[in-house]
Amino acid sequence: MRRTLTAIGASVAALALLAGCSAGEQPSDGKVTLEMWSWDPGMADIVDVWNSENPDIQVKLSDPAGGDELVSRILTAHKSGDAADIVKVEYQSLPALIANGVAADITEYVPDASKDFTPGAFAQVEFEDKTYGLPQDFAPLVFFYRQDIFEQYGLKVPTTWDEYAATARALHAADPSKYLGTFSSTDPGWFSGLTQQAGANWWSASGDTWTVDIDDDASVKVADYWQGLIGEGVVKGDPFWSPQWNKEMDDGTYAGWISGAWAPAQFGGIAPNSAGKWVMTSLPAWTAGDTTTGIWGGSATAVTTDSKHPAEAAKFIDWFNTSDEALALQVEKINIFPAALNGQKLDALKTPPAYMPNQPSYYADVAAIAEGARSFDIWGPNATVTFGAYNDGFAKAITDGTAFSEVLKNMQTVTVDDMEKLGFSVEN
Amino acid sequence: MGTSTAPETAASSRRRSATTRRRSRSTTGFALALLAPALVLLALFTFAPGIYAFILSLLQRRVSGGLLGGETSLEFVGFANYLATLGDAEFWASLGRMLLIAGIGVPATIILAALFALCLDADRTRLVGAWRIAIFLPYAVPGVIASLLWGFLYLPATSPIGGEVVDYFGGTEVFFSVANIAVWGVVGFNMVIMYTALRGLPREMYEAAKLDGAGELQIALRVKLPMIKPAIVMCSLFSVLGALQLFNEPTTLRPLANAISSTWVPLMKVYTDAFVHDDIYGAAATSLLLVALTVAASVLVNSIGSAIGRSGQRKKS
Repeated sequence: MRRTLTAIGASVAALALLAGCSAGEQPSDGKVTLEMWSWDPGMADIVDVWNSENPDIQVKLSDPAGGDELVSRILTAHKSGDAADIVKVEYQSLPALIANGVAADITEYVPDASKDFTPGAFAQVEFEDKTYGLPQDFAPLVFFYRQDIFEQYGLKVPTTWDEYAATARALHAADPSKYLGTFSSTDPGWFSGLTQQAGANWWSASGDTWTVDIDDDASVKVADYWQGLIGEGVVKGDPFWSPQWNKEMDDGTYAGWISGAWAPAQFGGIAPNSAGKWVMTSLPAWTAGDTTTGIWGGSATAVTTDSKHPAEAAKFIDWFNTSDEALALQVEKINIFPAALNGQKLDALKTPPAYMPNQPSYYADVAAIAEGARSFDIWGPNATVTFGAYNDGFAKAITDGTAFSEVLKNMQTVTVDDMEKLGFSVEN
Repeated sequence: MGTSTAPETAASSRRRSATTRRRSRSTTGFALALLAPALVLLALFTFAPGIYAFILSLLQRRVSGGLLGGETSLEFVGFANYLATLGDAEFWASLGRMLLIAGIGVPATIILAALFALCLDADRTRLVGAWRIAIFLPYAVPGVIASLLWGFLYLPATSPIGGEVVDYFGGTEVFFSVANIAVWGVVGFNMVIMYTALRGLPREMYEAAKLDGAGELQIALRVKLPMIKPAIVMCSLFSVLGALQLFNEPTTLRPLANAISSTWVPLMKVYTDAFVHDDIYGAAATSLLLVALTVAASVLVNSIGSAIGRSGQRKKS
């Protein structure tokens, strides 16, 4: 009997030990601690400034994942009510967070927010007259090229897509180891930006009804254009962000990159040795003289419905996205092009990103390009499903030569099927 | 606690005839108490999540209310999620790819592990300890890190092993590339099991075999291998189960090239459904189907193993 008791005692002790691991934290009186998830490099410095000025609303920053992966984490954490108070979310994922009940309606805390931002950026966070976050940055699609390589081979900077194709052919003919770019199967946001420039409108809504049009003529035109260049072998079909791509971006295999205005913050990690050799210019146009471009990424800062202190959280994101102080720090540390109107007039924008000392007018150039940026009317509530179909479909098409337009057709089917399965009303 | 109970049990067995009934009752209680922590943990972390997953697998998310469907409700759909998985061509394709990799990886693991174990056990081998550690070391490298390292080795621009000549991410090659990472990781572990089994064999038998004129190679193939059959069967079982759980390697390699899709193997499909498509209900159904397949596979491997064992014994007698 005594032995039985000892054994039970031991097992209880073991369980108590396990339970001890999950003891919750105790909030202290008056002082609020908010958790924030963001993947921006240099964020800690900005949060530190807020924390020292606001002893009663402390923000605790962590970086659990970036981009689409963070969206997965947020959705998963929300199922157990554990999502952070404040999250960074790219515009294309915000509707999915709202549809899942994660992004909180903060209209009552920031009633006049629309006046602070450019209309294009604010449209990304306002749905059915409710505000679900504040825009952080605006990222028009732009074209980066290696000035030294262009000069070496006597290439002209392309202003139209026809010229881009001609330049890609000329460069590859002059040196078969070199390419003007690559078509990335891992970056659906990049491709959708290219289709936006061509006039595509993947999602639109009227009342409570959605229209989905992923395989429209504009998108097919863009897809066919790139498949042609890959077929000729003058543009690669390798994904961005791999060690292979990093090395080739740095060693001059690639002489160009179509990217977002936020690229300089990433360039240091991608191609550290070619700093000062890249120049940013506007995206080639479909018709000469047209200044339309798409956007790639760009983020909002949202408050989650799991937050016990939404008013305080809204106060922080308001400071973060509209105060000169926070925006100037973000320009300097994260190289964002602010979405806030006052942010676009900051003195900090007169200093180019550290990676691009050769282009002092960097932010002024971005500002000019941003005027012509357009997005879809709205991002779908299941854009992640569409993007998944993009990844798998284009990876396969690049490998086995399936028509790119077929991939778009499949993305359309997968997206509409999923929306109907979930119960959204879709009209096509 | 283990050391103090051993003599007690011996003593109790001596006195068994007198106090059998009372003794056995208290022994049962004691055994249960000892098992309690394991049982509680098993219930908490295996059965409870299993039951929860089963409940999830019968549900489906439905949205209503407004454009973005702020109102989300759960709907009971019976076995619809299971039928959807079974009717999904991609599920069967992912199973096929997994079996292909298992078909490459499992035999390679067992053969290499047996080869290394036999080499280490051979009389002429020097520096056995150092070799054993060296072969075992990859097992200590986490799968994700190993996959990242191999990713660098495979990619043409960074490859020191001929990535510019061999396309490691080619349509056929990629199966070998993935299997290679998995095999590299687990060979050492299996080798240690087999080597331990070899060291446990009575050395006199080798003397006898030598007297009968057997060389090292013949001893290895005709004496050592048949005698460690149970260890080999166990390693095969582990390897097959490991193959069913393939996830880390292809997931880590996926963003590096176009060869691997997000539903390349069954567990990747479960992950994608649950966390990318935000459909944990369908993913739960797929997971439970995979559990059923795993149990079936281990029963199969086990019965094949014991059949081999029985036929071996019959030959001996």
